[in-house]
Amino acid sequence: MKWEVVVGIETHTQLSTASKIFSSASTAFGAVPNSHASAVDIALPGVLPVLNKGAVERAIRFGLAVGGTINRRSVFARKNYFYPDLPKGYQISQYEIPVVQGGSIAIVSPTRGAFRVALTRAHLEEDAGKSLHEAFDSPGGLGRGMTGIDFNRAGTPLLEIVSEPDLRSSEEAVAYAKTLHSLVKWIGICDGNMQEGSFRCDANVSVRLAGDAKLGTRCEIKNLNSFRFMQQAIEFEVRRQIELIEDGGTMVQETRLYDPDRNETRSMRSKEDAQDYRYFPDPDLPPLVIDGTWIEQVRAEMPELPESMAHRFVGDYGVPITDAVQLTASREIARYFESTVQAPVGVHLSGKTAANWILGEITARLNRDGIEIEQAPVRPHEFAQLLARFQDNTIAGSIAKAVLDRMWNSEIGGEADAIIAAKGLRQISDSGAIEKLVDDVLAANPAIVAEYQAGKAKAFNSLVGKAMAATKGKANPAQVNAILKRKLAG
Amino acid sequence: MITSSVAELSRSLLARRLSSIELTGSLLDRIETANPTLNAFLTIDREGAMSQAKAADARIAAGTASPLTGIPLAHKDVIMTEGLRTTCGSRMLENFVAPYSAFVAERLARAGMVTVGKTNMDEFAMGSSNENSYFGPVRNPWNTTCVAGGSSGGSAAAVAARLVPAATGTDTGGSIRQPAALSGVCGLKPTYGVCSRYGLVALASSLDTPGVFGQTAEDCALLLNAMAGHDARDSTSLDRPAEDYARQLSENAGAKPLAGVRVGLPREYFGAGAEPDIVDAIETAIAGFRSLGATTVEVSLPNVDHSLPVYYVISPAEASSNLARFDGVRYGHRAAKYDDLTDMYKKTRAEGFGAEVKRRILIGTYVLSHGYYDAYYLKAQQVRRLIADDFRKAYQRCDVIVGPTSPTTAFCIGDNIDDPLKMYLNDIFTIASNLTGTPAISIPCGFDGKGLPIGLQIQGNAFAEAQILNVAHRYQQTTDWHRRVPAGFAP
Amino acid sequence: MALSVDDVQRAAHLARIEITAAEAFDVQNKLEGVFRLIERMRAVDTTGIVPMSHAQDVMLPLREDHMSESDPHKRDLYQRNAPAVEDGLYLVPKVIE
Ligand SMILES: [Mg+2]
Ligand SMILES: [Zn+2]
Repeated sequence: MKWEVVVGIETHTQLSTASKIFSSASTAFGAVPNSHASAVDIALPGVLPVLNKGAVERAIRFGLAVGGTINRRSVFARKNYFYPDLPKGYQISQYEIPVVQGGSIAIVSPTRGAFRVALTRAHLEEDAGKSLHEAFDSPGGLGRGMTGIDFNRAGTPLLEIVSEPDLRSSEEAVAYAKTLHSLVKWIGICDGNMQEGSFRCDANVSVRLAGDAKLGTRCEIKNLNSFRFMQQAIEFEVRRQIELIEDGGTMVQETRLYDPDRNETRSMRSKEDAQDYRYFPDPDLPPLVIDGTWIEQVRAEMPELPESMAHRFVGDYGVPITDAVQLTASREIARYFESTVQAPVGVHLSGKTAANWILGEITARLNRDGIEIEQAPVRPHEFAQLLARFQDNTIAGSIAKAVLDRMWNSEIGGEADAIIAAKGLRQISDSGAIEKLVDDVLAANPAIVAEYQAGKAKAFNSLVGKAMAATKGKANPAQVNAILKRKLAG
Repeated sequence: MITSSVAELSRSLLARRLSSIELTGSLLDRIETANPTLNAFLTIDREGAMSQAKAADARIAAGTASPLTGIPLAHKDVIMTEGLRTTCGSRMLENFVAPYSAFVAERLARAGMVTVGKTNMDEFAMGSSNENSYFGPVRNPWNTTCVAGGSSGGSAAAVAARLVPAATGTDTGGSIRQPAALSGVCGLKPTYGVCSRYGLVALASSLDTPGVFGQTAEDCALLLNAMAGHDARDSTSLDRPAEDYARQLSENAGAKPLAGVRVGLPREYFGAGAEPDIVDAIETAIAGFRSLGATTVEVSLPNVDHSLPVYYVISPAEASSNLARFDGVRYGHRAAKYDDLTDMYKKTRAEGFGAEVKRRILIGTYVLSHGYYDAYYLKAQQVRRLIADDFRKAYQRCDVIVGPTSPTTAFCIGDNIDDPLKMYLNDIFTIASNLTGTPAISIPCGFDGKGLPIGLQIQGNAFAEAQILNVAHRYQQTTDWHRRVPAGFAP
Repeated sequence: MALSVDDVQRAAHLARIEITAAEAFDVQNKLEGVFRLIERMRAVDTTGIVPMSHAQDVMLPLREDHMSESDPHKRDLYQRNAPAVEDGLYLVPKVIE
């Protein structure tokens, strides 16, 4: 491959505090315009910022989760620029000394397998307000042709997480973003709601000839608010850059915006205009000092992290690593899995089977119904009972799926054993009965038997199907197979 | 009555020899008569003041009064006062009504003080003559062709002309002490962090300090007692145990009340271009300190000469950022005609700000801009530390540092307006204590040949307010400079 | 490193202040003396000196994450000072991205 893609991601993670980073106004989404914009949030003359401890605590939690350094002393700086949704004319952010430095996130690349993406830093900052462009087209209205500004979001705490340019494809970028997304939800610092803007990614994209040590000129694509858009935007941008360079053009470092309707990125000239942010330490905010006691306190309250939990699932329950990674995509899935395998159902449930069923049957039903696993109508102990009956051969897999459907749809939340008994779904494993069944099937289908004997292997499956159908799926399929094979060879 | 100090008025009010209604009413009459001449007030709130006076009288009658209850007060117009216009002396905020009150305004109101109005000032507290006010210069009560100093010129002139017994101010590079000196009153700048900046329209956040004007050091102490305190809304407000800043004033110290006090005389402050009359008056005052028992010691502040350039990098830098919020979006002036958003910003700010404010925003923007930050801003912050270290070392050898407040007495309106450097040099002796965050007071110590008042500056180490107030108070007990009233404003 | 008229123009654009060529020249001219002093300050040896950003050497105080009731009343109070408001939104000339 001639060209190598280089991607680094900057993510604005909205921290799940009740109040804003520098004011006590609510961070709730969707309020009446400017009703959550306090004097500090609209930057009235004379008001001052006071830092929210909850935001710092969440930053520490993140730093510990990624194995980064929590700076004992970090500094808030002002980033100065004019924009109508930026009330003070500057954003309070961290510049030279961020709260978290370094750390890494383990991801699984579709092409390169598992590796760790290094993080440059994570810093605390405040969000801006929102510009509403379309709100004022009412004829004759005062604001016709104007933009309306809502400062409700201004001052919402953000943790900006910056990765090193370690990613080599759009797929890797998405794998990183997804892993990060599940991690920040896992440790409870962000609700992860991408529609509401709680997790927003910017991608720094460049290309270089394979083997080059020097990075190419990069473009920053702003506002990627879905994983699909991220992938499309990066792919478009990579093509654009390669074409430009191959045509003898020169890359310009710039900020670009992805337009999902046209599936293209375009230059944001307005943001480019004389970028000189004039950073300097905010004189209103002395240095943020975080002592070791606080860090240890936060560490003690940290949940088990997905990475170590995945390894534990492999060791404790014999789950394949790829399944374990998927089971630890969220704390809720992991909890569902672990509650299932630990449920007291009399038999030792196979972790591998449980994982299979959760990632297959359960996930499919969740997706179909558009619900989260914590809303699944079948609770882990009920599900465990069903798996136990499958494992001890009381029912076959196809029957188990049917029972799961009944349990899923039952308003009262059915018990697997009760449904199996009531509907007579017990598996037929009596070999005498199966011998008789197979004889009947062979006798009734001479044409298929003939096909089989003429060398058509598929005919065998057809005969198995007939046998299963005759018992409404209750016959033990392994026994049917064995007996049928023996008799045909006969 | 009109010329009495806060302490004297307090005794009369508490003894009910005088009511706040009477006092406030007669001062409002005086303000209304004098203001067309002095231009010291931008807003006079007769109605509000009279109702506060009534409440104060009720509180006195109920026996729940503080020593400040019922005393009329004026606030510099950079201090937010809920429901009152707060302009900062700028066209930008010409019609801005404060939707909340500053911490210091809240504190003084809670003590029962009566706010009669808002005083004129250099626009956004940038200036040393009050000529930078959008609403015209304040005139000096001692000579109305002269400036009153700045930026808190309105407060200084109001106290000098005995329109109010006390007024608030803010001091970023000398904006309380220099106008106090030029107007012949006391002006106290406390330690940075002792009084909350909440509700002060920011000029330079790391230097801005709210403070007070009064006739006497004792009055300054009384007001500071009410204004000081921790405020959770200002992250630079200090959480320290409350102290009585007047505690040393009532101690009976005999004939040598300043015995044991070491007065530091920085070599750099003498022969540094102060007018001869000023140098003479300061020397006389120093002799006075000695006769009160103080010893003098020469100290050196080798980096203090750089105070002015350090200030003119740091202060405009912070100001350029602090004043970015005045963009015509949420409040304040907005240009009537513009092509687009950027044009609206540019015209709004070109029209809303005066020449000096624009100059400082430009200096500040330049020194912070790409490629210049290290050379200017970072360098200035390093030299700032060298200056602070000089003072720290000096305070190992002395308790207070004494010298002139200002190199000149009041100058004529228009004289310095075209030469920023000449204007900036007014603050050559005052800037250092803003850079170091330490307290200082200016008190009257004589008059020059033209009959204009001279100010003496007493500086102290951080939290030495009680001590500098005591030194000033003992001096005032043996002199009457602070008792003089400008001829045109004698009752 | 003296302040040039170009520097003034560039700063004026960054600071969003409309300025004429004559005004820029005037600013440059009037600030020459101040910048001479600033240049002298730049000659001070500050090797190893920690910059002083704050007047007091204190730590940042932290606020508990408590939300105060939002007061719908306040929005109207604040917007009374606003140049242009409609439906509770602050109006500005159309922003083009
Ligand atoms: Mg960024
Ligand atoms: Zn950011």
